[in-house]
Amino acid sequence: MTNAARSGHPGGSLSAIDLMVALYGTNLRFNPINPNWEDRDRFILSKGHASPAMYSLLLQIGVLSEEDIMTFRKMGSACQGHVDMSWTSGVDFSAGSLGMGLSFGLGCAIAAKMDSSERKVWVMLGDGETQEGQIWEAAMAATYHNATNLKVIVDRNRIQNDDFIEVQMGVGDVASKFSSFGWEVREVDGHDMSAVVEVLDWATDFQGDPVCIIAHTTKGKGVSFMEDNPSFHGKAPTDEELEIALEELA
Amino acid sequence: MMDSSTNGASRDGYGRALLRLADDPNVVVLEADLGKSTKSCHFRSEYPNRTVSLGIAEQNMMLVAAGMASSGKIPFASTFAIFTERAFEQIRNGIARTGLTVHICGSHGGIHTGSDGSSAQSIEDLAIYRTMPGMTVLHPCDDLSAEELTYQLKELDGPSYMRTARNNTARIYDHSRISSLKIGSGSVLRNGGDVAIIACGVMVEQSLQAASELSENGIECTVIDMHTIKPLDTALIDRLSVDCGCFVSVEDHSVVGGLGSTIAEWISQNRPVPLEMVGVDDRFGESGDSSALMELFGITAGDISEAVKKCVNRKNPTQ
Repeated sequence: MTNAARSGHPGGSLSAIDLMVALYGTNLRFNPINPNWEDRDRFILSKGHASPAMYSLLLQIGVLSEEDIMTFRKMGSACQGHVDMSWTSGVDFSAGSLGMGLSFGLGCAIAAKMDSSERKVWVMLGDGETQEGQIWEAAMAATYHNATNLKVIVDRNRIQNDDFIEVQMGVGDVASKFSSFGWEVREVDGHDMSAVVEVLDWATDFQGDPVCIIAHTTKGKGVSFMEDNPSFHGKAPTDEELEIALEELA
Repeated sequence: MMDSSTNGASRDGYGRALLRLADDPNVVVLEADLGKSTKSCHFRSEYPNRTVSLGIAEQNMMLVAAGMASSGKIPFASTFAIFTERAFEQIRNGIARTGLTVHICGSHGGIHTGSDGSSAQSIEDLAIYRTMPGMTVLHPCDDLSAEELTYQLKELDGPSYMRTARNNTARIYDHSRISSLKIGSGSVLRNGGDVAIIACGVMVEQSLQAASELSENGIECTVIDMHTIKPLDTALIDRLSVDCGCFVSVEDHSVVGGLGSTIAEWISQNRPVPLEMVGVDDRFGESGDSSALMELFGITAGDISEAVKKCVNRKNPTQ
């Protein structure tokens, strides 16, 4: 997809895709026939540059077509550069500016509680994104408003746009930060599917506080030359690189 | 609750309208502290379960509002005008870009706010929100019109920004006339053929005063309460270009990007006629009494009269 578009964000898509597949395959309540079903669980991809992961998933569940996918980042496409609810059925948030998705998810969660609905709100954050102050405004507000239906997954791939997070501006112990804001926190290997499903099951059932899962992942997972390589945050593979990548992923 | 008084602040009207809007169970109110100032506090007292208090965190408030709107709620989010600007990009990307129906109210706008000083005196909010595609931008002139226009937001599909004022001003409308107001339509308060004064907010009162004084000197002014800055009532502007042949814009807002600018953008590309702008020059305010500051910044009835005379001379240079 990014190869065809000659741009995009493969690294953060590959770190997130296992988590997203696990969520959509187990605990997320959605209806592919009616993606706008009012009482669906919400999935807010706050790190909206991982749009290739979202679109691939929507292709697999039949919401998007192959043609949609291959027009990614082209004019008029349902697959905008960053996920956008105005353009794509099955997308619950218009991302592209980091730090906003948790607040949006909190709004969805508060609305669900006002409606006495059982729907839950899942928000996926990037770890670099936790540098945004708005994340912590929302984290503070979520516990005050008892948003026990709010479930956060942090894709802890340790890399942001320019370099490793530790080089750019370390974010420290993200788990203890959320914990200190009153969240219930678990950590997991974000590529160990059975462990991921187990922690998603736990998060779905946990009712006491808002929940945060810190998923330790590898940027560019599954493609040798992309793994842990900051240069593939926002760069598409060449034709040769694509061939190698597809062989390795197969 | 004030009713029989002939004075009020537009923020009081906003607070009263929220109570009337509560009949719709989807209407919710969001606060970032300052509910006692914006007057959302009355809704909070009556409907605590439909009020979301988010503390001094405007960026979070705007996206919480967007999330609620995406889930079927009709959020009214308010704080000081200046502090809505802190969340500019949140409003741009999270609300305007998505077209979600979130109604933002910024109180305490303009130099008129007075003694709090320049940090509180937003003189750029109307310009900022006017640049966002799909955003309706309102600035009512008194408490009754603020109440009516806020109430009419229940029919608006899409985001809006309304500036209200902190301080009392004369009531321009009465209860019998108020229901004729309509979002998007300028309100004709006085008819005259020499010049059209297009005013908004607290400057409407000053404009009527200037028109009255000018009439004694034989200059007849049309006065418009242009409570809706966007979308601009271009049909009315076109008509006045013909009927009056020149304009004076009047606002408690920077002359860069506000009401005067939107009129200039329209007439320069359609029917160019002279335009004089009365507003805050390209500089920040300071602490002081409202009326003294208006003198200092050149936005009094006297300043409007001077601008009218200059504009009429430009229209008829041989006279």
